[in-house]
Amino acid sequence: MAVSTRPRQAFVIAGVLGLALSATACGTGDDKKSDKAGSAECAAYEKYQGHDGKKVSIYASIRDAEADLLERSWSQFTDCTGIEIAYEGSGEFEAQLPVRVDGGNAPDIAFVPQPGLVKRFADAGKLKSLNADTKALAEQNMPADWLKYGTVNGTLYGVPLGANVKSFVWYSPKTFKEKGWEVPTTWDQLIALSDKIAASGMKPWCAGVESGDATGWPATDWIEDVILRTQGPEVYDQWTTHAIPFNDPKIVDAVDRAGSILKNEKYVNGGFGGVKSITTTSFQEAGVPVTNGKCAMHRQASFYANQFPEGTKVAETATRSRSTSPPSTRPRASRSWALASSSSPTPTVPRFRRCRPTSPRPST
Amino acid sequence: MTTATPTVAVGTQETNVPRTTAGRVRKRLNSRTATLVSIVIAMVWTIPTFGLLVSSFRPEDEIKTTGWWTAFTNPQFTLENYQQVLFGRSSSSGQLAGSFINSLAITIPSVLFPMAFACLAAYALAWINFRGRDWLYIAIFALQIVPLQMALVPLLKFFSTGVTLGGVTLMPAWDLVDEQKFAQVWFAHTCFALPFAVFLLHNFISQLPGDLMEAARVDGATHPKIFRTIVLPLITPALAAFGIFQFLWVWNDLLVALIFAGGGDETAPLTVKLAEMAGTRGNEWQRLTAGAFVSIVVPLVVFLSLQRFFVRGLLAGSVKG
Repeated sequence: MAVSTRPRQAFVIAGVLGLALSATACGTGDDKKSDKAGSAECAAYEKYQGHDGKKVSIYASIRDAEADLLERSWSQFTDCTGIEIAYEGSGEFEAQLPVRVDGGNAPDIAFVPQPGLVKRFADAGKLKSLNADTKALAEQNMPADWLKYGTVNGTLYGVPLGANVKSFVWYSPKTFKEKGWEVPTTWDQLIALSDKIAASGMKPWCAGVESGDATGWPATDWIEDVILRTQGPEVYDQWTTHAIPFNDPKIVDAVDRAGSILKNEKYVNGGFGGVKSITTTSFQEAGVPVTNGKCAMHRQASFYANQFPEGTKVAETATRSRSTSPPSTRPRASRSWALASSSSPTPTVPRFRRCRPTSPRPST
Repeated sequence: MTTATPTVAVGTQETNVPRTTAGRVRKRLNSRTATLVSIVIAMVWTIPTFGLLVSSFRPEDEIKTTGWWTAFTNPQFTLENYQQVLFGRSSSSGQLAGSFINSLAITIPSVLFPMAFACLAAYALAWINFRGRDWLYIAIFALQIVPLQMALVPLLKFFSTGVTLGGVTLMPAWDLVDEQKFAQVWFAHTCFALPFAVFLLHNFISQLPGDLMEAARVDGATHPKIFRTIVLPLITPALAAFGIFQFLWVWNDLLVALIFAGGGDETAPLTVKLAEMAGTRGNEWQRLTAGAFVSIVVPLVVFLSLQRFFVRGLLAGSVKG
């Protein structure tokens, strides 16, 4: 039922920053290394043995729960090798990294959400290229398109670390079931459903673009989504590389199409008010009305799963029977289909959007 | 306002009518209405902070779905937020208890160092005659306009690569790790505070009556002796004033700490932790309510306790002077 959901954007490149390597041996690291060093699960890290007590610093914009998961993912590495990983996540990452690099205080590894930043450091000679082993591993496991984001002037500096799927429409299966709505698979069905919901007295869509310094980006996601669906990736690439003007008729058409939902007083803004409330609603909260039945649909990336209030169950598909899940007072939000246009070609290669702050700072 | 004042004001003004406009304005500002207005303004001003305080005790769901004022009609209170921010397990949020200590470790030396250097410098600039004294003072005064943002990268380089002039290493790299990075922060804060501190204390010290110094000189006191026994006791109000400024500035500082101390658990102060607390996409912002209150406890205590001292010192000075 789902049209291909294309993972785009929000990928992170782990690059090894040069100048760094301030790995200093500290004597107390011994007890950290357990006896597991020779065990089977440590076999994968054999190459890294012999650096017990060394420290590697990682700097990124990922914080809180997601950072905890990251740290858990490399705890085995630390257990096996005795190499300590000092992780630091910061909301000011994009601004702070250049300062630290210019100041000669660069981290050993950074997760960079902006390919442009990678290029800047590469041009300035601040990056170390990947060694042959890592490069071989990356080429073996990643499509060439993905590796482009970590490549500057033919040299591979980093490997994509994570990606968010940006084309999700979130909805509550419970509400849909109660009202007898069908999950649409084409744009026309989507509009028909929106009209139907609007006619029932409920605002079908909720949206919010407030995001501190980065306010507006959720709206650009809408537009880009529509461009990719209706015009295809080639037009998108032409647009982002300025091969066609910013206001090319194709783009204008896509903007209007997105606007036909976002600017429709009958459609938005469920749970918040009129169309104008889109600009004042923070993107973090924009989709929450889906869970309490005040809004039917919310278009946002996969990371939004974390934004729903605690206790919300986020599921893969919506049509599955719910009999096995524990009864909950909260309706569930789940993704299952993507905003789709029946006429659009469905490319098989994932397309990524170029760059944009993926971790907008909370407004101060 | 004009309708309310006449009856009260007429009687007093008949004998003592202020002549200038400023005098009349001053008179009006002392009226009962003006006091009432200022009390109202103060209350309106405090309401957001009060709302924050109420919010910090409310459960997450309530904070995110309703306004803080609903707490009065539908009281639901919890210490969960404080529990989370003070002792939370998550590595990049919570654990404010630890960074609270870091904040103190950064702030106290960062207040004392510039204070010590600045009052010595200010005394020398005000009461010791040496060549180029005025130029030196002007230079220090002018340094105040240099935005600290300009110095961030050079200073960071200074720490991380040392100073080399024409191939000769004048100062090796500091190569500090973990807790040692506190030294960088102290250094940075001291540098950034000194121009203003010297300026403020110089103005105060140069106003001290010269007769005192001369009398001490006649009695055979040297500069260190004069500084210690005459100047220092007299400038305590100014020191307190500077102390408050500097303390609040350092305690609330995010930028300098972020760059020179880093965000590691060993050195990150409260402000850095607060900034990371809401999560990658700010979805856990209910924590900020409790976090904000944890972070303002100390400045509040310092301000309230030092302010009294500050005012008393000023009054004492004015009567004697």
